[in-house]
Amino acid sequence: MTRHLLSIDDLSVEQIQEIFETAAEMHDVQRREVKKLPALRGRTVINMFFEDSTRTRSSFEIAGKWLSADVINISAKGSSASKGESLRDTVLTVCAMGVDGLVIRHPASGAAQQVSEWVDAVVVNAGDGMHEHPTQALLDAYTLERRLGSLEGRQVAIVGDLTHSRVFRSGVKCLTKLGAEVTVVAPPTLMPSGIDEWSRTAGFEVNYDLDEVLPKADAVMMLRVQKERMSGGYFPSPREYTVGYGLTRERLAQLKPDAPICHPGPMNRGLEIAADAADAAQSAVLEQVSAGVAIRMSVLYHLLAGEETP
Amino acid sequence: MLEHPPPAPDPVGSSRTVLDRDDIARALTRISHEILERNKGPEDLVLLGLHTRGVPLATRLAERIAAVEGTTVATGSLDVTMYRDDLRQHPTRTPHRTEIPGDGIDGKVVVLVDDVLYSGRTIRAALDAVSDLGRPAAVRLAVLVDRGHRELPIRADHVGKNLPSARTERVDVQVAEIDGHDEVRISDTGGAR
Repeated sequence: MTRHLLSIDDLSVEQIQEIFETAAEMHDVQRREVKKLPALRGRTVINMFFEDSTRTRSSFEIAGKWLSADVINISAKGSSASKGESLRDTVLTVCAMGVDGLVIRHPASGAAQQVSEWVDAVVVNAGDGMHEHPTQALLDAYTLERRLGSLEGRQVAIVGDLTHSRVFRSGVKCLTKLGAEVTVVAPPTLMPSGIDEWSRTAGFEVNYDLDEVLPKADAVMMLRVQKERMSGGYFPSPREYTVGYGLTRERLAQLKPDAPICHPGPMNRGLEIAADAADAAQSAVLEQVSAGVAIRMSVLYHLLAGEETP
Repeated sequence: MLEHPPPAPDPVGSSRTVLDRDDIARALTRISHEILERNKGPEDLVLLGLHTRGVPLATRLAERIAAVEGTTVATGSLDVTMYRDDLRQHPTRTPHRTEIPGDGIDGKVVVLVDDVLYSGRTIRAALDAVSDLGRPAAVRLAVLVDRGHRELPIRADHVGKNLPSARTERVDVQVAEIDGHDEVRISDTGGAR
């Protein structure tokens, strides 16, 4: 296994399958009365979150605790970072306490990679700016595999704010590695620049018309409209976004009835996804959350339980 | 069962069959009767096979018990990867399936089934795993081969064959379900293990 998990590029297809197989076992632990495995006893994991998060941080925390690691959460608010301490000083200080694993989320793209060069601890990227969010991509692909069986040749649509989305960047890499045929859909203003060349080399499709893509999709992943990363001007009005690119009740009817609907959360109900779609029987949103714990247990186990990799 | 005298030292690299297909079949039949005798019947028995080769052995024991008693015995499988005390000495391994019968193991008599008993560390890990899954009335241990060299105060309740061995020797159990045929072999590795 890789030493750090910074990007989906760090993982081979075999390693992804290994993570999935372990996650399936971890899923069973979630249903047990005693939700505890001793694999990381005596190891310390710090969750360092320089951005707000509910599900990613809490699922990393639960994952670490169920594996018997000692887990400490540090958020930017209330830490020395808010007094102006540099990222380097903050992580070096924390690691000097004797930390084995560092789970980091940071608004700057490349932060996790940078931190991994400063410290001895194993680093897991829990989202760095607009770059990557590998554990989200793994749990999304894992959720889809559990619903659909193998992803080989399956049509997956990723829809929404692609420019600002690290979930999309990690997700498209992970899904294409596993053999899925990915089509990405966004309004032109939210399509990343250079997408045409990227899609050609990486092997996925680009489309601007959701109504053309939806009926063929075996699964659809709706992305959140990230209002906090936008200084306005990407689309005229929320209403217009919904009409063009939201998964509305009308569009839900065009979708295959067994095609899972994913959303990494938090959802803007009524904007990118209608309540009818979010709560539909084919929605996989809550499965994604429970898969998130299993996948993160699997990742922490593979990165931290075995012998030290130099 | 008679204990055999220690085998004469073999030349390095040599390998011989200790149990063949019929020996293994007879040993399993005897163990299944021992389990029934000890438990005074098939009630509340749960046979848990330890991965990898303990799993088919547990299934075979259950089949023999069913043939004798005319009732099915609950079986399952147990993976102890996460409970091992040598996790930090190897690259991580992907755990196998742990499957516990629907009724659970609370109040049951759990018989752990493994192919070879050696240091006892796997069984130590299995006891921890079992206690996370429930509280059995009793836990017993059945193994096809006991090769000695215990490192912990653990012993088997039911043994197919006691096989005194040197630490440099290697004991390989092969079962038809996984390896295509039934055989127990011992080979001298000349010190490498």
